[in-house]
Amino acid sequence: MEPKDDNISAMCKPAVGEAGKTGDWRDATPVIDHAKCIASVKNRPACYLCWLYCPEGIVTAGIPIEINLDYCKGCGICAEECPAKAITMVIPEEANR
Amino acid sequence: MSDVQIMTGNTAAATGAKLCKVQVVSAYPITPSTSVTETIANWVEKGELKAEYVRVESEHSVMTVCISASTVGARVFTSTSSHGLLYMHEQLHWAAGSRLPIVLCCINRGVGAPWSIFNDQQDSIAQRDTGWIQIYCRDNQEILDSVIQAYRIAEQVYCPVMVCYDGFVLSHTMMPVDIPDAEQVCRFLPPYKPHTILSPEDPRNINPVIFPWQRRDAEGILRDGYMDMRWKLQHALEGSREVIVNTCREYAELFGRDHGGMLWKYRTDNAEVLITAMGSIATEATMAADILREKGIRAGVIGVRVYRPFPREEIREAFRTIPAIVVFEKNISYGYEGALSADIKASLYGTGIDAPVHNYIAGLGGRDVKARELVEAIHASLAAIASGSRERQTWLNCVTES
Repeated sequence: MEPKDDNISAMCKPAVGEAGKTGDWRDATPVIDHAKCIASVKNRPACYLCWLYCPEGIVTAGIPIEINLDYCKGCGICAEECPAKAITMVIPEEANR
Repeated sequence: MSDVQIMTGNTAAATGAKLCKVQVVSAYPITPSTSVTETIANWVEKGELKAEYVRVESEHSVMTVCISASTVGARVFTSTSSHGLLYMHEQLHWAAGSRLPIVLCCINRGVGAPWSIFNDQQDSIAQRDTGWIQIYCRDNQEILDSVIQAYRIAEQVYCPVMVCYDGFVLSHTMMPVDIPDAEQVCRFLPPYKPHTILSPEDPRNINPVIFPWQRRDAEGILRDGYMDMRWKLQHALEGSREVIVNTCREYAELFGRDHGGMLWKYRTDNAEVLITAMGSIATEATMAADILREKGIRAGVIGVRVYRPFPREEIREAFRTIPAIVVFEKNISYGYEGALSADIKASLYGTGIDAPVHNYIAGLGGRDVKARELVEAIHASLAAIASGSRERQTWLNCVTES
């Protein structure tokens, strides 16, 4: 039997992926140049402005930083805010055709 | 034990809410509803009613307070009129969509422009499609009883209920009202059990963005799409008829007063014309029916008590063999006709009931409607129907020449 939603009002539990994999909304994809990223270059927790500004909360502030492309909508704010210009927004070739 | 007091409709409404032990009351004053919540505010201040009284800056906020409080499991009450109700409009949809058993007294008043503080039913009729159950009361006793019944209905079907009654005609007119025993009311009305519990241990988003299609959530459960939720609300309102009728009957068994369920009938036996109306104008119509019967015209009255859900089957049954129907109502669906008349005609379509329906718009903005005027209108309509008139839309006691 299909698990059935018997709720009479709309609701959801807060969970990763509750609204589906929103990464498929993306046109431009952030590509990180770790040779420029301050955290990677200094090899210690530093800068992390991309993590701070990401409206989706999908940047992991590690060494190196990681961006979860399952949920990145491609807004480009991380690239805009990066003081080292380490993030480039790349539009896949097929999108240009 | 019977406790009869002389009171206004507004005191009756407040007394009903008090007997239901409402826990949160929020209101913004507007004539003619003001004294309902003013009375409750006094009780709260004196400690006679243990409730939170939340003062806010607008009726829109009133309904948001009601929605929040009802969501976390409180029994909530408010009242308003006219522009106050219109200002709530968006949140009325939100309350119904959230399936919250909020009870609101709408003390019916005309809508501007231009300003009027006086009675008609344009305000609540304009909220017809918000998903609220609407009850129209004919006297102060019915107001008190209907507030109690409204909580019982709302908390069973999880739909909000609007108890509507005419401003000044009932709200500020004193009548004897039998006040039910508080303990008996408690037995009639079990505690409110919310359909969703908001708790820090089990956090959830209420009313998130919902998509047109059904969709699996993160746990793999197939969740409704928007349209499925709308169907559930429509299904609940359609299904509430039985609950409304049963509630009314059980109330009658316990307290000895039967207000008729979906609609009530007065002297309908062997009738040649049925006067149909909602609220105090229907009470006036019973006097008109008496006068007409004295004059040898077999007139009766159908009082529509519940307007949403519409008493489709009851209307068909009531009008099955009637030769003429005359509808008086205190609202106008501009560019068409009275809302009640239109709904009655629609419910008769395809049933083989082919009675002429005459529609009178009456008493807008507090213009007096007297039984004598209703009698004259019935005479005029019966004469017109006898010479072949099927439909008539006209305005009672109003200059209708441009």
